[in-house]
Amino acid sequence: MNNNLLVAENVSKNFGDFKALNDVSISVPKSSIFGLLGPNGAGKTTLIRIINQITMPDSGQIILDGEPLRPIDVQNIGYLPEERGLYKTMKVGEQALYLAQLKGLSKQEAKSRLKHWFDKLDIGDWWNKKIQELSKGQAQKIQFVVTVLHRPKLLIFDEPFSGFDPINANLIKDEILQLRDEGATVIFSTHRMESVEELCDHIALIHKSNKILDGKLTDVKRQYKTNTFEVGLRTENIDGLTKIIEEKYSILPATFKNLNEDLKLNIKLNDNDSSNDLLGFLTNKAEVNHFVEVIPSANDIFIQSVKSN
Amino acid sequence: MNHLPLIIKREYLTKVRNKSFIIMTFVSPLIFAALIAVVAFLSQLNKDKLRTISVLDETNMFEEVFTNTEETKYTFIEGVDLETSKELVKNNENFGLLHIVKSQDSIDIVDNVRFYSDESPSLSIMSGLESTIEKKLSNVKLKINGVDLAKIEESKTRINIAQENFTGEQTSKIDNILKLAFGGAAGYLLFMFIIIYGNLIMRSVIEEKTSRIIEVIISSVKPVQLLMGKIVGTSLAGLTQFAIWLVLGSVILFVISSIFGISMAEMQTPQQEMMQQTMENPEVANELQTAFQSFFNLPLFNLVLAFLFFFIGGYLLYSSLYASVGAAVDNETDTQQFMLPIIMPLILAVYVGVFTVIDDPHGTVSTVFSFIPLTSPVVMLMRIPFGVPIWQQVLSFIILIGTFTFTVWIAAKIYRVGILMYGKKPSYKELYKWIKY
Repeated sequence: MNNNLLVAENVSKNFGDFKALNDVSISVPKSSIFGLLGPNGAGKTTLIRIINQITMPDSGQIILDGEPLRPIDVQNIGYLPEERGLYKTMKVGEQALYLAQLKGLSKQEAKSRLKHWFDKLDIGDWWNKKIQELSKGQAQKIQFVVTVLHRPKLLIFDEPFSGFDPINANLIKDEILQLRDEGATVIFSTHRMESVEELCDHIALIHKSNKILDGKLTDVKRQYKTNTFEVGLRTENIDGLTKIIEEKYSILPATFKNLNEDLKLNIKLNDNDSSNDLLGFLTNKAEVNHFVEVIPSANDIFIQSVKSN
Repeated sequence: MNHLPLIIKREYLTKVRNKSFIIMTFVSPLIFAALIAVVAFLSQLNKDKLRTISVLDETNMFEEVFTNTEETKYTFIEGVDLETSKELVKNNENFGLLHIVKSQDSIDIVDNVRFYSDESPSLSIMSGLESTIEKKLSNVKLKINGVDLAKIEESKTRINIAQENFTGEQTSKIDNILKLAFGGAAGYLLFMFIIIYGNLIMRSVIEEKTSRIIEVIISSVKPVQLLMGKIVGTSLAGLTQFAIWLVLGSVILFVISSIFGISMAEMQTPQQEMMQQTMENPEVANELQTAFQSFFNLPLFNLVLAFLFFFIGGYLLYSSLYASVGAAVDNETDTQQFMLPIIMPLILAVYVGVFTVIDDPHGTVSTVFSFIPLTSPVVMLMRIPFGVPIWQQVLSFIILIGTFTFTVWIAAKIYRVGILMYGKKPSYKELYKWIKY
């Protein structure tokens, strides 16, 4: 419990007859990147808004750093919503100062931190430009700086990479990782599964208002592994060998890059078998030049668990 | 964490620095002054035109009653028939021909007067002619019936009933006019202020929605705080604009009147002329003095205080409604369906104020409407110069504040839900649901 920065306990929220969240609990460990996943309309944004105290839950509570959430805690949270924007006609510097002050920073403090960030991201000469003179990606950079400027304990990013080119997306990704290493906890909501693989330590999957899965990403993957091995076998008699294996194991064809034109199979272990048993069986029959356990990707887990629910 | 001053400052500065706001602030008085100058110029043009009206008077009774004025000259045609006179008038480019036909009964010519002209004459010309003839005829009739006109002239009296209420305060007719002016100006000012700056607030709420910054902001501040900051900041900007208009307006008027000094003084409407005539009358000069007196007799302290309270209260009430309309919709074109219920009570208030309060400031209708919160600011402001018991003012104000608290609560609810809703135009039913969320 003490290792968790944020805990949501049995949070429910209804909008009229529509149940947006049904008894959802999550625990976000300190200094981790927590992936909040789910299909469109699952209730992620509602949960995020409840954490930000924009909407109040009907029941359940949010614990931040061991204490129930208080209004003042907005200063401990930095939120980059999916629907984001800035005042178009306001100047960059003025606007960043205003938003930083709303988060509780003094004007001087905000100014010096902004200067630091602007230098770091090499955007110092934008200070007196209006937002409407910037490109979308440039405005996003400002938005990112404003989100993290007050050094909150908890950062919530909803699709942070949308609107960025690959170079800037990488830049922001590195910044997020650095913030995590400096002790910040990050809740990260996205539909881009490759960035979940890349960034997240923990994930929770919300589907149709219910949490259907959560835990450490490696644990989840272990849980979803099917004891299947990707195998490449060198043989003259492909059909014969396939028949022999098929008698003992359930197999599926596999595709992977390999130097030789071999028999490529996904072989599922039998109950009580170990990988060594399979390997032993195979080495008796042919030359094994590829033997890898199939690890489910975040994408597979997402699709599989959403479909099965 | 109280961010209200910060929000107010931002709202104020962005409004005041806005280009169209600046242009409006400095150009409006110029346009206004230009309008006045144009009107002045035009009415003077009109004045220079001297009308000639020819009179063909077969009865020979009216020669001395039609006297020339600055605008109209009368010429009498004698010894020709109607057709020749018409030709004559046309050739001389006179304005028109008044034909008074002689009948058997020399007095009974009521149906036998005609006016011929190219352009149809204005109402004031016709009624001027009619009253001149009427006056002459009734004098003639009086004489025939043996009445001495001099005695009638002698017996004319003017009366000015002195008014006093039971606590001994003296009032007069001029008093009442002054009170009306006061109340009317206050009510109208509030009305204008609400319409102009209520819209401004609404637009700034919509702007936050369309620029998608709203979610960032309300993850830092409470929606109620943002709402209040917006209302106060915009109002301050409004007051600034009003103050500048006032100063600029008076400077420009001063400049204009010193440039066209003489012509402005000459520019007089008939009413002004009448006023001037009456002022030369010693009795009326007295009345003018009492007018000054009665200005100080007005419950000035009460007026100023009530003006402040009801103005602020009424404005806050309406602007919270405007803000929630802004929160409920995505763009300005969608606001129409929600504007009507806001504008209606406002217009109703002005109508009640103009028609009922003037008639009977303490009648049932005026009294009731000065308690109903959406109309009370305007109606009460109009009533107060006529003396409204303090308990009524206080009660009405309490109701107003209570309603304001309620509408802000509702507005904040609609605001909190609405600012995060994009894409669809909500119905009233949906708004009701939002309030329950």
